[in-house]
Amino acid sequence: MEAPRSASRFLPRKAFDTLLSALRDGGYDCAAPVVRDGAVVYTRLQAHDLLPSGISIQQAPGHYRVEFTDSPRNFSWANGPQALKPFVFTASEPLWSVRRDPDGELRFTEADTSQDPVAIIGVRSCDLAALALQDRHFLGGDCVDPHYQARRASLFLVAVNCSHPSDTCFCVSTGDGPTASDGYDLLLDELDDGFVIQAGSSAGQNLLERLPLASPTGKQLQDITRQNLHAAECQARRLPPGNLEPALFANLDHPHWQTVAERCLSCGNCTSVCPTCFCYRELDRGSLDPDRSEHVREWDSCFTQGHSYIHGVTIRAGTDLRYRQWLTHKLGSWHSQYGRSGCVGCGRCISWCPVGIDLTEEVAMIVGGAS
Amino acid sequence: MSLALHGPAAAEIIACKQESASIVSLTLRLSDRALADRFEFQPGQFNMLYLYGAGEIPVSISSDPSSPDPLVHTIRDVGRISHGLVRLRPGDRIGLRGPFGRGWPVEDACRRDVIVITGGLGCAPVIPVIDYVIQRRRDYGRLIIMQGVKHSDDLIWRARYDAWAEQPDTQVLLAADVGDRQWNGTVGPVTGLFKQAQLRTGNSMAFLCGPEPMIRACVQQLLEKGLPPDRIWISMERNMQCALGQCGHCQFGARFVCRDGPVFCYADIRHLFGRKGF
Ligand SMILES: Cc1cc2nc3c(=O)[nH]c(=O)nc-3n(C[C@H](O)[C@H](O)[C@H](O)COP(=O)(O)OP(=O)(O)OC[C@H]3O[C@@H](n4cnc5c(N)ncnc54)[C@H](O)[C@@H]3O)c2cc1C
Ligand code: SF4
Ligand code: SF4
Ligand code: FES
Repeated sequence: MEAPRSASRFLPRKAFDTLLSALRDGGYDCAAPVVRDGAVVYTRLQAHDLLPSGISIQQAPGHYRVEFTDSPRNFSWANGPQALKPFVFTASEPLWSVRRDPDGELRFTEADTSQDPVAIIGVRSCDLAALALQDRHFLGGDCVDPHYQARRASLFLVAVNCSHPSDTCFCVSTGDGPTASDGYDLLLDELDDGFVIQAGSSAGQNLLERLPLASPTGKQLQDITRQNLHAAECQARRLPPGNLEPALFANLDHPHWQTVAERCLSCGNCTSVCPTCFCYRELDRGSLDPDRSEHVREWDSCFTQGHSYIHGVTIRAGTDLRYRQWLTHKLGSWHSQYGRSGCVGCGRCISWCPVGIDLTEEVAMIVGGAS
Repeated sequence: MSLALHGPAAAEIIACKQESASIVSLTLRLSDRALADRFEFQPGQFNMLYLYGAGEIPVSISSDPSSPDPLVHTIRDVGRISHGLVRLRPGDRIGLRGPFGRGWPVEDACRRDVIVITGGLGCAPVIPVIDYVIQRRRDYGRLIIMQGVKHSDDLIWRARYDAWAEQPDTQVLLAADVGDRQWNGTVGPVTGLFKQAQLRTGNSMAFLCGPEPMIRACVQQLLEKGLPPDRIWISMERNMQCALGQCGHCQFGARFVCRDGPVFCYADIRHLFGRKGF
């Protein structure tokens, strides 16, 4: 599908730095994908840091390998274990603290939520879709999460359309990629010699206008159209179509839950890497000062024993019940809660599962439609 | 409207009452008087109570909603945080967020018979309902209170049950799995009380609270006696961290118990109620 390209410009590769400089001049820290410990992760760039080029990523169930090629491209790979989630909903953060005065009174202070603006370079379409879902969860109800809200408001998103999906990607079948349709400030399409760039917000437009760039040529536009089509066509994995909530809840006793449980380690990797998982636990972190305590939240997972513990009972003691909770929630009750499935087809839970459990296969076994 | 959503407000314990060996009622008052003036709650709602340095737990408000200051919470010592809370003394401070959740539909029960069935400490969340009905006795039909406990020693508030039994058109039925020598209630499970209950299911509303197996058994009895599923209301417990519909712990299928409950209409949850794993 061809997106409207009326206001697009061409950013030559050697001028990419001017984009980073313009962002820094606009007050943003820049975070971009770099390779660390064998995986691509977003890291804050120091001034003059270059984006790595030639990264290629092989992904398969239980498998993730970074290789380097001599390609000049910066984004010819699909994704790393983290999406935008750590930027908006961090793995651990203080919510409030309390001081106990000599008279015994407790003085509570909500944690500071202020955030420095950050521009994230190389955001994928599935990441934007996941962000929109987390927005619905943390900001859409009666109760707005002030921590998420502040982090969210500090973001400037430079997206890039995927040119090299991994074998684990299935965003086409969830309707979330591989090209971004909205939710970004700037959007890039990468070619060997540079980027076609367009704005998706007024902040993005203002920034783009500050860069002295020419329009792309007709050939360049044709190339990216072809590239986007190819990225969509190469995806072989898919989820069964439609709202799976009724079918999943009609199959709560399906024997396959037990079959998956025999392989699943209940490690929770899938929920950590999933860009839409939102569960957290709260706890007090004591300090050396007995009259101060800090109350924090940390990511939690429905695969832990404590997640469903109520005094004397663990509601989901068995792995079969935990896997069923994850799948019936992610692909089922999300529809009732947020109007769509909680899966954006990023494939992370497939690659990062140590035993290579693939939700697209498991759900097809349970609701039918195995490919 | 909940107050102090994201961080607790300080509250002072002004009285502690040992109700039984493991149950204590804490009477408490918000330190911020302006907040206390604005604090209102519905029967069946709960607060998150914070024990200094340890953490928060959800606890129903067991006092009368028509006088929300001071508040009473009745707490059973079952684990880490509740153990600390029941040991507090007058003058000690805790933190409080709330009130949260949807309570009992007491107004919809107007002009109907009200059946209150509880097990264990399950009575705490429905005490405000009983208070509410008794204060408006003429607006309601027959009041039937059925309470079951494991051991007769676990029955707290005997005097209150006695006083309620004196009210017009009010039936109080008590059952203990194990009764001591002075026990004059029924011996056996709470379902054994249905034989004596003067139920008129045609125009009744039932409010249930307690361990889920007990609720399941009682709901079964009510349905068999002809009470429609949309007139059965249940208070549920699930692990709760935030009480804001955000931490995900209390999910029951698509519902968040902290926000959409803890009181649910049985008709809305029967497809999952009693299902292992939810
Ligand atoms: C809506 C609601 C109303 C409640 N009302 C009352 C009441 O009026 N009186 C009363 O005594 N108890 C009530 N409870 C139960 C009370 O919350 C638990 O007994 C308490 O959380 C146990 O915590 P603990 O640290 O002492 O126990 P532990 O066994 O050490 O529990 C560890 C943690 O698990 C979680 N947890 C354990 N049991 C429960 C539970 N039943 N519900 C939710 N989270 C749990 C808590 O986070 C707790 O800190 C209510 C629970 C809910 C959900
Ligand atoms: S369920 Fe798996 S594929 Fe779907 S969004 Fe989460 S991590 Fe990605
Ligand atoms: S499905 Fe895989 S990643 Fe998820 S908990 Fe089980 S073993 Fe871990
Ligand atoms: S307690 Fe956190 S979502 Fe209900």
